[in-house]
Amino acid sequence: MQLESTPRDDALVVTAMMERIDAAIAIQFKDDLHAVTENGPPRVVLDLSQVDFLDSSGLGAVVAAMKLLAPEQKLELAGLGANVEKVFRLTRMDSVFTIHSTVDAAFDGIAQAS
Amino acid sequence: MPQLQNLKNNSFRITFPGKPLAVRSALAQMMEQLNALDLSDEDRGNIELVLAEAMNNIVEHAYIDTPDGTVELQITPTYNGLVCHLRDEGVPMPEGKAPNGSPAALDCETEELPEGGFGWFLIRDLAHELNYTRISGKNLLSFRISLNAK
Repeated sequence: MQLESTPRDDALVVTAMMERIDAAIAIQFKDDLHAVTENGPPRVVLDLSQVDFLDSSGLGAVVAAMKLLAPEQKLELAGLGANVEKVFRLTRMDSVFTIHSTVDAAFDGIAQAS
Repeated sequence: MPQLQNLKNNSFRITFPGKPLAVRSALAQMMEQLNALDLSDEDRGNIELVLAEAMNNIVEHAYIDTPDGTVELQITPTYNGLVCHLRDEGVPMPEGKAPNGSPAALDCETEELPEGGFGWFLIRDLAHELNYTRISGKNLLSFRISLNAK
């Protein structure tokens, strides 16, 4: 498991510890993210700050994991590096997720959504 | 293991098995070779993404039923970018054409959001002069990636 999850306030922060979310690990990533968020709090913040590279398979895995959340749960993203942010922006998936510049920003109480 | 050569015409070529981890390894080796070109971070990001998408497509589609297929990638630096050639011996692309990569519709309920189909959109968005041909049982895909992207 290359995900670390930490409760923060009323939310769960899940930190992706890998440098790449690519086709080679996309299914594992989706399954792991589903496992750590299942029965968790309504708000989940996925910290992608350690991820340097994400391809369309990785993007699909993030979307798939979001769809596996319970109806009352919400997945937000934080800490996207330039390469990761670009994939979300070009595919317009940045309009589907609330995206915070950092994990701390996600808990500032200030709207940082893009 | 991937076999990487630095050719006389300053091209870079790598041959590797058509499997997901081999794609990752070949991509890492190619990106290391491209360090010699002193590219910007943005250019490197674009190149790595387009190559990853194109190579993953070969593994997931052309070689879907071929466990021991081989992929060849050649990159030639030119005055207006990097010209990339990919060659495999897998099944042809659907209808003999490279997919259009239409953007996915996102104005839908969460449960209907697409989980795939972004790869060709990204390739078409970031690469130029894309050409696909099928010759003698081989798929040949070529495209150019501009440098100094602003």
